[in-house]
Amino acid sequence: MSELHPVVIGAGPAGLACAKALLEAGLRPVVLEENPRPGGQGTRRLSPLMTPEAERLFGHAQAGATARREAEEDRVLAACDWRPGSLVWGIFDNRLAILRDGRHDSLPYDRLLIATGATDRIMAFPGWTLPGVFSLGAAQVALKQHAAFIGSRVVLAGASPLLYLAAAQYLRMGVRHLTIVDAASRAQKRRAAAGMAMTGLSTLIEGLRLLRELRRPDVRRIDGADLVRAIGGERLEAVEIRHASGRTETLACDALAFGHGLRPETQLAELAGARFSFHPQLRNWFPIIDADGRAGQRLWLAGDGAMTGGREAAAYSGRLAALSMLADRAGAASPVTREARALRRRARRLRRFQVHSAGAFPWPHEQAAAMPDDTIICRCERVTAGEIRKAVSSTAGPVEINRVKAITRCGMGRCQARFCGPTLQELTAAASGRPVESVGRLRAQAPLRPIPVGSADEEARA
Amino acid sequence: MNPPLFRSAVARQPDAIIYLDGIEMPARSGESLITALLAAGLMTGRSEFDGSPRCGFCLMGACQDCTLWAISGERLRACMTEVVDGMELCRLPPEPGSQNE
Repeated sequence: MSELHPVVIGAGPAGLACAKALLEAGLRPVVLEENPRPGGQGTRRLSPLMTPEAERLFGHAQAGATARREAEEDRVLAACDWRPGSLVWGIFDNRLAILRDGRHDSLPYDRLLIATGATDRIMAFPGWTLPGVFSLGAAQVALKQHAAFIGSRVVLAGASPLLYLAAAQYLRMGVRHLTIVDAASRAQKRRAAAGMAMTGLSTLIEGLRLLRELRRPDVRRIDGADLVRAIGGERLEAVEIRHASGRTETLACDALAFGHGLRPETQLAELAGARFSFHPQLRNWFPIIDADGRAGQRLWLAGDGAMTGGREAAAYSGRLAALSMLADRAGAASPVTREARALRRRARRLRRFQVHSAGAFPWPHEQAAAMPDDTIICRCERVTAGEIRKAVSSTAGPVEINRVKAITRCGMGRCQARFCGPTLQELTAAASGRPVESVGRLRAQAPLRPIPVGSADEEARA
Repeated sequence: MNPPLFRSAVARQPDAIIYLDGIEMPARSGESLITALLAAGLMTGRSEFDGSPRCGFCLMGACQDCTLWAISGERLRACMTEVVDGMELCRLPPEPGSQNE
């Protein structure tokens, strides 16, 4: 049987680095990407409307570096079997089920790299479904892809370095009236700083530079305050926050973006057979991979979808996965070159940085216990915290999150638990009085996105 | 008209017309549908469960909060779909055959 081309899912930094290394070895990978353009999320490309503003948005030096990187990515993709706009919605017997331009396609693979990245990790709070409330990632995507700000008086809240990056980009593009509500106190940040300096000094310095840029009279920064509720009728009018002192304050605004770090997009990896383990410091489930990103006989994972690490770690891990694929192809267990060792070391270090920075940007798991019963947790199926607690307390036997999902429908809607899953996990643990790792992990099921019935039908007959 | 939810970051000269539930609105070809809608102060839809207004949440194709439909019945995400002049859209799934009426 002839060998199939390697397949890469996701054209962000990890997928592109992998594709490039495979090309260098004389292979022609198939690269699948859901978006019409390559780039990923953190490194998302500007829409044509925004391109003239690149220098203003990024600064002169970074705009130049970005343009060179994108030109290089285009060269790589031109040599690949590049298929943008491909939605991979299922994996069956080493075959990908794809929807592209409204048409069904089925692609078999021998070796597959999944680099699906990460999305915002969200802790729900009262009022978060109001129009005008967005995820923190959305605030940035609005600017880069939609050439728009999410509003005129903007509050950025939660626990994430993205708070400061998004604020700086809004400021550079001319937004005034910015408020940053950082859930972590300055003391928490100082405690985390030593570990961050040891594992990622340049990233830390970059962060401090942003903080300095944002020290201005028209940017208000509040530390150690939580979101209490979003207020408004048909749309957001204000946000109530609680300061560390316990005092509450209402901030008038027309837009809020919030988030609490990143959660890996692992649903495709799961369908491809990856297994998972719980990471206690990041308090989340991650796929089990070896030092090169291998997760199964035909499966490799790289980038933030494998383990949170950021852009550079994604590129290192993507290249490393390609070297591992090539070693596997040659019948070796794993690559032994000096380059492979250096890539492993660099990716590991950057991923350790993320673990340290989780101290500076903590996941507010303790909020789940105190969340009012009428808080909507699942925005797709409209399931409240009270309904989830009731399901937990009425369940006979050990509490298991997939059972709670089945009873309440929380996580069964359009987004497939991408945004309610982390809150559901913590609520289930808090309501049952058990550690979060012992209530199980939400399972993924095909189709991962809403698809026309005809596509599923064609796949079933394939 | 309602005040906009989105504020444009660049000069935005509409050069296209799209129709939302039969109502004509200006848009810029190549921009995302969600930009056109939110800049006009319009919602993308309402929750099927409680009728509360919705305008998208993640803006990157993951949450499906900004789902709407082409008049042909095709399901679209407003954040992932680019404006094409003359597009006809519905905020509820169109009844089969309704475009022939």
